[in-house]
Amino acid sequence: MTLPAQTNNDLSDVSKNFAFTTRLDDLVSWGRKNSMWPLPYGTACCGIELMSVMGPKYDLARFGAEVVRFSPRQADLLLVAGTITEKMGPILVHIYEQMLEPKYVLSMGACASSGGFYRAYHVMQGIDKVIPVDVYVPGCPPTPEAVLDGVMTLQKMIADHHPRPWKDNWVNPYEKTKS
Amino acid sequence: MKKLNLDMYRGAIAARFPEANRFQFSESYGAVVLEVPRETVRDVLRFFKEKNYFNFLMNITGVDYPDRQERFEVVYELFNTRDYSRLRVKVRTSEDKPVPSVISVWKGADWFEREVYDMFGVKFEGHPNLRRILTHHEFVGHPLRKDYAADLQQPCSSALPIHFDVGTEPKEKADNLIPLNIGPSHPATHGTLRVMVELNGEKVHRANVEIGYLHRCFEKMAETHPYNQVIPYTDRLNYCSAPMNNIGYCKAVERLLGVEIPARAQAMRVVLAELSRFIDHVVCIGANAVDLGALTGFFHLFTLREKVYSIFEKLCGARLTVSMTRVGGMAQDAPPGWFDEVLQLCKELRQGVSEIETLLTNNKIWIQRTQNVGAISAEEALQWGYTGPCLRAAGVGLDLRKAEPYYMYDELDFDIPVGSTGDVFERYLVRVEEMKQSVRIVEQVCKNMPSGDYTIRDKGIVLPEKKDVYGNIEGLMNHFMLVINGLRPPVGEVYDSTEAANGELGFHLVSDGSGVPYRLKVRPPCFAIYQSFSESITGGLVADVISVLGSMNLIAGELDR
Repeated sequence: MTLPAQTNNDLSDVSKNFAFTTRLDDLVSWGRKNSMWPLPYGTACCGIELMSVMGPKYDLARFGAEVVRFSPRQADLLLVAGTITEKMGPILVHIYEQMLEPKYVLSMGACASSGGFYRAYHVMQGIDKVIPVDVYVPGCPPTPEAVLDGVMTLQKMIADHHPRPWKDNWVNPYEKTKS
Repeated sequence: MKKLNLDMYRGAIAARFPEANRFQFSESYGAVVLEVPRETVRDVLRFFKEKNYFNFLMNITGVDYPDRQERFEVVYELFNTRDYSRLRVKVRTSEDKPVPSVISVWKGADWFEREVYDMFGVKFEGHPNLRRILTHHEFVGHPLRKDYAADLQQPCSSALPIHFDVGTEPKEKADNLIPLNIGPSHPATHGTLRVMVELNGEKVHRANVEIGYLHRCFEKMAETHPYNQVIPYTDRLNYCSAPMNNIGYCKAVERLLGVEIPARAQAMRVVLAELSRFIDHVVCIGANAVDLGALTGFFHLFTLREKVYSIFEKLCGARLTVSMTRVGGMAQDAPPGWFDEVLQLCKELRQGVSEIETLLTNNKIWIQRTQNVGAISAEEALQWGYTGPCLRAAGVGLDLRKAEPYYMYDELDFDIPVGSTGDVFERYLVRVEEMKQSVRIVEQVCKNMPSGDYTIRDKGIVLPEKKDVYGNIEGLMNHFMLVINGLRPPVGEVYDSTEAANGELGFHLVSDGSGVPYRLKVRPPCFAIYQSFSESITGGLVADVISVLGSMNLIAGELDR
């Protein structure tokens, strides 16, 4: 690249002619929001709709989130799609803990968000009892469009550096009970 | 259902069992019920099997009657795959009196008995692994007892480590065994299945599975909701083919009520059921192929599925969980021109099936990964309680649409594909052929759609139409009465089944005359099939575990309920 001819000696004016300036953390969050690697934790009906979200018609790739990783070590977005039972709870937390920072959680559907219409003896009444949730997507199951909207909401949160106290103050509930 | 020759059984039983005067035959809603003393049940069932009266154990259910002295009833549903006759055998017991386990008669009794133990606390004497199956290991109490509150949650603090059943220790000893845990969060276990294997090199030395990670208490929920409100819960049993569960449940309630639904409703149900069978097989084959590394198939197949979903959406507004049936018919009529669109869609589906065949049927890699993998003989399959495509692949041409034709299936022209070895490849072939047959059925029905009403108009069963509720006092009153009183079937007990995508989907319904079911037990087809999994992968390669798992089409919603 050739430097443009200098018009005056002010250095800041010079840089405007060939570069744009930004804050470093904005640049980083721009990268993060457009390359989320989801771990699809599909346990039930929502998992089937999540397949549609990934599939050819709705195509989550348009939002940079098509690289599905089943290893929590390689994922930064936990997509919990489906009912989480009490039996599944410890495993979900185990998976969440293994994910590396920065990490986000999207709760897809009524069951994951609140237990849904299963007010029942073996169903956890919302995954936020054990892990911090960033975005809740309502529906039973949500339409794929709703899930895409949830992903876009999360992207906006990342871009805006939305504070996440639920995440910052999280403690592993299973370790808490042990001590 | 075939009529039983009762006198023949009576005579045979009297000749064999000295205590036969304590056996009680009765009839209930067209089914024959035999009540026997608890201690004889194993001998009676073995006698039936050896005499070839009934060669198939379809289901075992528990029912709790807290007011009785012996509060539990254990109900066995027997079936004959040759003449399609059925018999229900019942025993009564209490918590401290174990029932003889029938696992030595049918291997398939294993999980069914464990489930009754888990849910009711009924003990089975002679069962080698009588431990909890659906609820977690820290669970206290038995949730389906009437004195257990539906919403009493019990947290679980840990996951079970790798474990194996007693009696699965292999005869030959081996060194350097590596235990390996697969799932429940693993790409090939579809979210909620957990397989534990012990590997000797690449070979599976022994295996065990654990289920219950999606135990959503369907049966308890059914006991706490009015009849029509149970329908959305049934959607979420086998969520890959939700309308078929709606239909199976409504059919059972309708049988208890003794009503016949109009021809148009029957035809609509057949169309919905066959489209669902199609997409269920699509998901099964697509997921099976993805798990073995064939991603292209997934994209092709899911385009088809998306088209069927769009048609469902047009019909009722929902894609996956349609809840389109009501007791007595359908929720609403199809919009104008909908059946023509289905006919149009059928052409695309046909085209799609041939694309799948091009991709997979002659694909060398696919054949090598699936042929002679997970093979099972017809005899073994019957022992375990296989139904549906997996049983037909093993060479038994049992399909309830032909065996006990319901709705209009006896007027339709379609074939039942049957395999011979029961391996993963034949299961695939059977499914592909069934998809073609389903399209054939849908086309026949849509071309001759009966006119008339889409539901019965019994005011004690079906809500009046909205214009009547808002428009005249009679409609308003009927609506009020039905909402307040609920739909109340007579006191009684039925077992009713349909041919779902995975096999026989049965609903065992007990009514005490109130507005909610007293007991509703689902006989999920893949529950019986999955219990044979450990045995069928033992001795094979670890890579084949995935291939067999996918071919069984395990849908956690109906497996764990």
